[in-house]
Amino acid sequence: MVSNRGSRLKNSVPMPKQQIENRVQNFSEVAKGYSIEQAITEAERCLQCPKPLCVKGCPVEVDIPAFIKCIVEGEFKTAIKIVKDKNSLPAICGRVCPQEQQCQKFCVLGKKFEPIAIGRLERFVADFEPETGSKINEKPPSTGKKVAIIGSGPAGLTAAADLAKRGHEVVLFEALHKPGGVLMYGIPEFRMPKNVVRAEIDYIKKLGVTIEMDVVIGSMYTIDELFKQGFDAVFIGTGAGLPRFLGIPGENLCGIYSANEFLIRVNLMRAYEFPKYDTPVKVGKKVAVIGGGNVAMDAARSALRLGADEVYIVYRRSRNEAPARQEELENTEEEGIIFKFLTNPVRFIGNDAGWVKEMECLKMNLGKPDESGRRRPVPIKNSEFIMKVSTVIVAIGQSPNPLIPQTTKALKITKYGTIEVNEETGETSIKGVYAGGDIVSGAATVISAMGAGKKAARAIHKYLMNKERNKKLENAYARS
Amino acid sequence: MNKIVKKEILAQGIKLLEVEAPQISKKTQPGQFLVLRIDEKGERMPLTIFDADFTKGTVKIIFQEVGKTTVQLGQLKVGDHILNLMGPLGNPSNIKNYGHVIIIGGGVGIALAYPITKALKRAGNKITSILGARTEALLILEDKMRDLSDKLYVTTDDGSKGHHGFVTDILKELIEKEKIDLVHAVGPTVMMRAVARVTKPNRIKTIVSLNPIMLDGTGMCGGCRVTIGGKTKFCCVDGPEFDAHLVDFNQLMTRLSMYLDEEKVALQVLKKKGVNGV
Repeated sequence: MVSNRGSRLKNSVPMPKQQIENRVQNFSEVAKGYSIEQAITEAERCLQCPKPLCVKGCPVEVDIPAFIKCIVEGEFKTAIKIVKDKNSLPAICGRVCPQEQQCQKFCVLGKKFEPIAIGRLERFVADFEPETGSKINEKPPSTGKKVAIIGSGPAGLTAAADLAKRGHEVVLFEALHKPGGVLMYGIPEFRMPKNVVRAEIDYIKKLGVTIEMDVVIGSMYTIDELFKQGFDAVFIGTGAGLPRFLGIPGENLCGIYSANEFLIRVNLMRAYEFPKYDTPVKVGKKVAVIGGGNVAMDAARSALRLGADEVYIVYRRSRNEAPARQEELENTEEEGIIFKFLTNPVRFIGNDAGWVKEMECLKMNLGKPDESGRRRPVPIKNSEFIMKVSTVIVAIGQSPNPLIPQTTKALKITKYGTIEVNEETGETSIKGVYAGGDIVSGAATVISAMGAGKKAARAIHKYLMNKERNKKLENAYARS
Repeated sequence: MNKIVKKEILAQGIKLLEVEAPQISKKTQPGQFLVLRIDEKGERMPLTIFDADFTKGTVKIIFQEVGKTTVQLGQLKVGDHILNLMGPLGNPSNIKNYGHVIIIGGGVGIALAYPITKALKRAGNKITSILGARTEALLILEDKMRDLSDKLYVTTDDGSKGHHGFVTDILKELIEKEKIDLVHAVGPTVMMRAVARVTKPNRIKTIVSLNPIMLDGTGMCGGCRVTIGGKTKFCCVDGPEFDAHLVDFNQLMTRLSMYLDEEKVALQVLKKKGVNGV
């Protein structure tokens, strides 16, 4: 009995995936998700710790053991209710959270065996729901307060949902033509199906949130004007939108994309269906993607699906330092993408027509850890070599979008261009204005942006209710 | 959804649409642009805002039918809708009294030269305009520009109207005999490059408005990057106007040609559907 239990506990149920040879030719989701049986088997591994450590690892504090227990009992609807109580976007988080650095990192099982696959179970209950139709609990009474949310990415969507649940009127402004932010334009269909994003956004609309597209705050309306229009508070979740480049010679040659541009073309504009859709994308035979994060993996795997013969990931540190999720690194390797670790480009060389044809690189060694705690890459002298390339995608991170800071003079900005906030509340230097997500932290993860949106929603609610209370007190004093 | 309330044909293949866009019309300043998408499968395309009327809540755009999207746009009628319209984007022109300003507008670029000229005139500048077109039938806004200009010259490549030759021929003559405080040129990249080459040795401050390929228009994609004085700038958030003497025009022209093959394919697909434009 004991040994049997031991073997059951040892490994988590593997994620069913599309066959490699098929999936590199389509944009359908790679990870298919657990079946009911697989989910229950995995859920049964949970030890139901009386003092669960996993919850502490979750930026939005989902009651993980409770929802897993519901899965064991086949109570999937209750399970999703428990998750949604804290997390308005579970189908998204189940897919893209770096669970191994969060909840699963603290799982007691993980000390001896594989930790419980919390992310996969979260996704299971979230995906199970649309089939039964998501229900909204009764709408709370209106507070009469109005909140503007700028940016409909993970931070904005979360803040919007939490504020609507508390009875505030919420209007969400999005600059692009589709809501969802990075979930829509950045993360590819094969990792984040767009119908999943749409379903989560529909849920948020059902909560009473209004979404306005094609609105660029800063140029169409300033923050001041939002207050004048009757908004009582503003949340800025505009993200880290500006792509970084390497700053090396030849970077503006044709055939060199930022990962943002490449992914916007592919995901938001559906370039993989050109000419049915108008927007094209150029993918040559030999593609090099610079960077080691999730965005680099997404770009590389998209290039492969768009018909590249060879795709390289060129990263200046080693696999251990790569910031991509473990699962994405594995998927990328499985699909035959070639990793060139400890390699850094120093210049691009073009042909006569102005297209990139070669990339000169340097080999690197790992030195002492830098401020990020990862070992710093140090160039090896005289290690230059040339790589032939026809397309290059630069995926080395993003900087904060300056549109709002530029038009909102009273907003305090850090030297990195991010918005300065009170870490506990997300409050900025302007009263009633809050911010969260990548515009505050610099480029980070979906879940940390959601955590920030949640925190800010709590603070905005408190601010609005205090304001209301003070107003009542003032009126009472005036009358007495 | 933005309703088209007026349509005008200005010249062969050059059309004007007046579109409902109340908030954009309130905020537009000279030199700014918008990004539009006609329908669900459409591309995002930047277009100059030719005029904005905030009392009517409309903006006017002018475009030449050269590719799939512009041809499709030209097919739309009064009462039709444009699915997405976003703006105003880009930094407004720096309007002040410079003294004597030469405005150079080439082809459909005259549409952007017009609001800038209007503002510069209002700021007290003496305006000399040089309008260039391939041929007389393609010349637009001549009367409107004449109203704003102290002096106006027309050049055509084929000599069908005005000076037979290029805008730079007139510019060179003017430089010889007049004091010029600013040259503002908008038009085909090759024309703007030619203007910069003329004014640079004469040290005349010259501003150009660039038109690279753009996707989002808010700084996100970096597709519109241009090299200005050796540094990479994003045309959408750092521009669209730059010091002409610092622009790497050759690179811009190469980057503008990136999708020529695809543009042909897209146009053919449209033509197969029976849409032929002009």
